[in-house]
Amino acid sequence: MKILVGYKRVVDYNVRIQVKPDGSGVVTDGVKLSANPFDDIALEEALRLREKGVAEEVIVVGIGPADLTAHLRNGLAMGANRAIHVVTSESVQPLTAARVFLKLIEKEQPGLVILGKQAIDDDANQTGQMLAALWDRPQATFASNVEIADGKATVTREVDAGLEVIETELPAVITTDLRLNEPRFIKLPDIMKAKSKPIDTIEFGSLGVEAHDHLKTTHYAAPAKRSKGVMVKDAAELVAVLKQKGLL
Amino acid sequence: MSKILVIAEHLGGKLNSSTARAVSAAAAVKPEVIDVLVLSDAPDAIAAEAAEIDGVSRVLTIAKPENAHPLAAVLAPQIAKAAAGYSHVFVPSTTFGKDIAPRVAALLGVAQVSDVMSVEAAHTFKRPIYAGNAIITVEADASHTVVATIRSASWPAAGNGANSAPIEALSVDAALPTHTRFVELKQGSSDRPDLQSASKVVSGGRGVGSKENFEIIYKFADRIGAAVGASRAAVDAGYVPSEMQVGQTGKIIAPALYMAIGISGAIQHLTGIKDAGTIVAINKDGEAPIFEIADFGLVGDLFKIIPELEQALG
Repeated sequence: MKILVGYKRVVDYNVRIQVKPDGSGVVTDGVKLSANPFDDIALEEALRLREKGVAEEVIVVGIGPADLTAHLRNGLAMGANRAIHVVTSESVQPLTAARVFLKLIEKEQPGLVILGKQAIDDDANQTGQMLAALWDRPQATFASNVEIADGKATVTREVDAGLEVIETELPAVITTDLRLNEPRFIKLPDIMKAKSKPIDTIEFGSLGVEAHDHLKTTHYAAPAKRSKGVMVKDAAELVAVLKQKGLL
Repeated sequence: MSKILVIAEHLGGKLNSSTARAVSAAAAVKPEVIDVLVLSDAPDAIAAEAAEIDGVSRVLTIAKPENAHPLAAVLAPQIAKAAAGYSHVFVPSTTFGKDIAPRVAALLGVAQVSDVMSVEAAHTFKRPIYAGNAIITVEADASHTVVATIRSASWPAAGNGANSAPIEALSVDAALPTHTRFVELKQGSSDRPDLQSASKVVSGGRGVGSKENFEIIYKFADRIGAAVGASRAAVDAGYVPSEMQVGQTGKIIAPALYMAIGISGAIQHLTGIKDAGTIVAINKDGEAPIFEIADFGLVGDLFKIIPELEQALG
């Protein structure tokens, strides 16, 4: 089977985000961009399923501007067989992204779609669930273990109460949590090999996807800061101040 | 005028406090109606609890054997049908709500507002992005149903006891898929307070050093009646199970007292605790970032300090 993997480019997780003073956005000029960490985990899981013989082909999908090619090459260097680049200069909200994926699914007929549970820029945590709804297929979100056998996926999910195990028929959408795997590092020879792997480009406008955004962001602000408190000298003083505040 | 449907979260026949927090957010919209929807195989006791929450107009129940476990693929079509006539559908932003709400939104063909921190107007909300390092104001299209998840740590639980809202059984005509099946829920059994709703939380980090050493954290937490949490580093090191993780990728909590012991304070951990009332940090490294946001800091060896704290408690 084929596995489709969402591979979003975001501001690197080590970057301290700054809000522009006029509240019009966050500073992204000159900021390091990387793959969304949850998407690296999604790609790693797809590659492992291919290595186990469960899948034959892993396709990374990116939605974004023309310069997204270099990012998709990283996905190819990590081991994906090919990439699909849906080209748009507009930012894409989760519902629109899900509709794009649905169009690609109709064409590619994958047995599995693996996405990160959320992107670390908008933190929406929506696209996988929305895609599963539009596709009318199962979803297994926040996965920390995935077993594929006999046309079924058995997925362990990290939920607030503990670990939930569900079983779904295929095809299905899986979204990854942090502990699913540790993504491999890209090796230099693989970067060379990736140069000859195919990237299909598709103009966003040619997909016939409704791009109307229902949500408008009108203002960006820095979060309220907690002020630095006081240092106490020992355990007795700490217990005393907490008792005084009625906390112990 | 707004009419809001709040989806109840429950487990083991009990209502989760995230539901009453979502009701608080619904009340902030100043709606005409706040109805709570309970989907379960046996909703009666849960509905009775929900009916006592202040501000609730009606509790609606959909009782089906298929609703025994919260499978998004099964619940979402029923919620989407039940949403007809409502201006807003609010769901707690817990793993339950994060799983289900986007599936409902997509079925309704609308966007979703994730992690609502504040309500500015009926269709205007504030929510965090970049792990809480920026807060955006978003406007939803007033001609569509607003589907939103409610960030529990930003809202107090609505009061209860004074209300007794009517409970009505609802029947919805929705085709339920059989392609997704619940297998099991592995829960750590614990008599300690629930991490997400506890007023006091004691968390341990990598500084605790081992699974065995974590006993000192449990023992101290029990002494002061606190829930126990952990940093991602402690979970990754195998000291404690993942459901105890506090932080951006774990639980986001707002207890009155949070004690971080042997936790250096990575950004992703701080994101999970910044709404706490009072933060106490105990760490042997005086330069640890946790001290930047702690109300009270104490530098030293946790294995020496914790027994001293217990002694000082008398």
